[in-house]
Amino acid sequence: MMEFVWLIPALPLLGFLILSLFNKYIPKSTSGYIASGMILGSFLIVLSLLLKAINGNLEPTIVTLFDWITAGDLKLSLSFQLDNLSVWFMTIITGVGFLIHVYSISYMHDDEGVTRYFSYLNLFIFSMLLLVMGSNYVVMFAGWEGVGLCSYLLIGFWFKNQNYNDAAKKAFIMNRIGDLGFLLGMLLIYTQFKSFEYSTVFDQASQIINPNPHGDSGIMFAITILLFIGAMGKSAQIPLYTWLPDAMAGPTPVSALIHAATMVTAGIYMIARSNILYSMAPCTLDIIYTIGTATAILAALIGLTQTDIKKVLAYSTVSQLGFMFMAIGLGGYSAGVFHVTTHAFFKALLFLGAGSVIHAMGGEQDIRKMGGLMKKMPITFITFLIATLAIAGIPPLSGFFSKDAILALAFEASPIKWGLGVFAALLTTFYMFRMLYLTFFGEFRGTEHQKHHLHESPLLMTVPLLVLAFFTVVSGFIEVPHVFIHGGDWFSHYLAGAHIALPEASHLSESTELILMFTALALVVSVIIITYVIYVKNKVLPATNEADLSFLDKLSYNKFYVDEIYDAAIVKPIGVLSNFSSSFIEKQIIDRFVNLSGKAVQFSGKNIRFIQSGDVNTYAIFMVLGIVIILFINLVL
Amino acid sequence: MSDYIVLCCILFSLGAFGVLYRRNILVMFMSIELMLNAVNLLLVYFSVLHKDPSGQVFVFFIMAVAAAEITIGLAILVMIYRHLGSISIDNLKKLKW
Repeated sequence: MMEFVWLIPALPLLGFLILSLFNKYIPKSTSGYIASGMILGSFLIVLSLLLKAINGNLEPTIVTLFDWITAGDLKLSLSFQLDNLSVWFMTIITGVGFLIHVYSISYMHDDEGVTRYFSYLNLFIFSMLLLVMGSNYVVMFAGWEGVGLCSYLLIGFWFKNQNYNDAAKKAFIMNRIGDLGFLLGMLLIYTQFKSFEYSTVFDQASQIINPNPHGDSGIMFAITILLFIGAMGKSAQIPLYTWLPDAMAGPTPVSALIHAATMVTAGIYMIARSNILYSMAPCTLDIIYTIGTATAILAALIGLTQTDIKKVLAYSTVSQLGFMFMAIGLGGYSAGVFHVTTHAFFKALLFLGAGSVIHAMGGEQDIRKMGGLMKKMPITFITFLIATLAIAGIPPLSGFFSKDAILALAFEASPIKWGLGVFAALLTTFYMFRMLYLTFFGEFRGTEHQKHHLHESPLLMTVPLLVLAFFTVVSGFIEVPHVFIHGGDWFSHYLAGAHIALPEASHLSESTELILMFTALALVVSVIIITYVIYVKNKVLPATNEADLSFLDKLSYNKFYVDEIYDAAIVKPIGVLSNFSSSFIEKQIIDRFVNLSGKAVQFSGKNIRFIQSGDVNTYAIFMVLGIVIILFINLVL
Repeated sequence: MSDYIVLCCILFSLGAFGVLYRRNILVMFMSIELMLNAVNLLLVYFSVLHKDPSGQVFVFFIMAVAAAEITIGLAILVMIYRHLGSISIDNLKKLKW
């Protein structure tokens, strides 16, 4: 079995090479099938690994392909780490990836760049697999950069639109800031442990005895915080989150795959993978918790008033990522990964559903112009409803279990943390149901032409929706709280096989846990009813004119002016500095030096050339004079 | 003893001045030969002085090479005369700025 492991990333890479090299010779209609076929191949191999892992037969293995870099003490190999954690992520990536490839065949069929699109998509899957499969930080970093590149390429896929290009650049630059942190953290690990290999680093780290068990050893704090900066960029946390909402410029399936289900969870994967280091740095965990919570709440507040269907989902993604970091900050690595899993299904489903709606609306993304789509698009509606209920945390859908796991952790830490988590969850419920009601309920508010055009999406799009909906319903059952079933918590024990630290045994009594669960649930249901009254009964529509908004609405609608603040605080000063450099330092100082040397050569050439008179006697006199001078210097002086 | 050296210096200087002051290319050639042979003479003298025959062997080689070189020089000189009708160095000033 293990000898086929290299095929898992190789197949998407092959797909990318075929599609990009023979771009012109491949008919547009077949490129999607080639790309999907490659991912299906990888998925089947991953599936066989997953079955092995579920049966508990997968010992953590390192499969070495070849030596990559050998220089001095540094020995670096391209090798894959196969254990329960990486196989789990590989399953999500190839599984959801395959569904989204299939969906894209239909969604992108009339785009002229469809072959290019699928080649990027395959390259993305390859990089993402490299990221989670690598057995050392350098391979992970290679994948990390690869997914950043693919994200850039796909956000700017319709490169004729300058706004989209700007969004792509923003995403890339924001990610670079994070990547620098990751790189520094990685180098610090090397200076500390003399290795990039996970196994060596973690073995050595666990042998370090922390002199101060309640504080951090400084070096661990530095390493973990630098790695976390990398995660901030990739997983869109405060202060590096503003690229993700703009990334919605890309095609909708891309938003589903890269900017919701897989790439943005790379940060979670990285921290879960390095959990041994993080467990030794409680201060970092506190910082992660704070940033995660702040992100979850801030993004949810912004999501409340957005009117673009994809923007709402984008802020929802940022908010859910905040939830995952909240879990990790509380030491619940498995709860974080669990939420990654359920989120991958329901958020991919939401995005694909939104894509289906946008497809039917002929490219319209404004929810104020939708409404009443329920009857025209029943499959999209049902699946979208399931996903919305899941993200709101209605049992027995997957979101309920994963969110409950995080909230239980929070309550154990302190009731205030639980309150903040519930607050964020309620905001989530509010904006998700607001979007659902505005899109699918009530009367249609678009143009006559759009109304005539409305239709359910073709089979290639609805089947992935149905499959994702199925997993949205069932994926929560992998970690049923032990309150309900004795010996639940299957997923944490599964991950423990990959050295993911289990959170400390719960001190909560079963009744407390049940009370918390039902309190949260009652609040969520009441929020759903409130939203129903507002948006369906009273038919409140978000104002089209910004001047009509109240102050708070305005604040939220304009995303708390974070983009403007960044613009004023960072972009503008850098722009001014660049202008100054270009107009003064470059033109006045550097250019002058360069021009001066040129002019000096020209001037001297113009004057000295007269020495070349063509008169042989003159040359001879110079020669003799020269010899005389040399002799004089040598002999006399 | 140093008479030879003085003689050679005088011969060499005569040759050098000849090259510098004469306009006739043929005479300039002869002056160059004079300089060359002044050096040859010096080599022979030092060879005797140090009782080392290799200096004299050198001189034979130099004379052979000089003969070949002067042949080419004279051939060029003949071509110059055919083209310009004179062998004055003043007529050869075209290669300049």
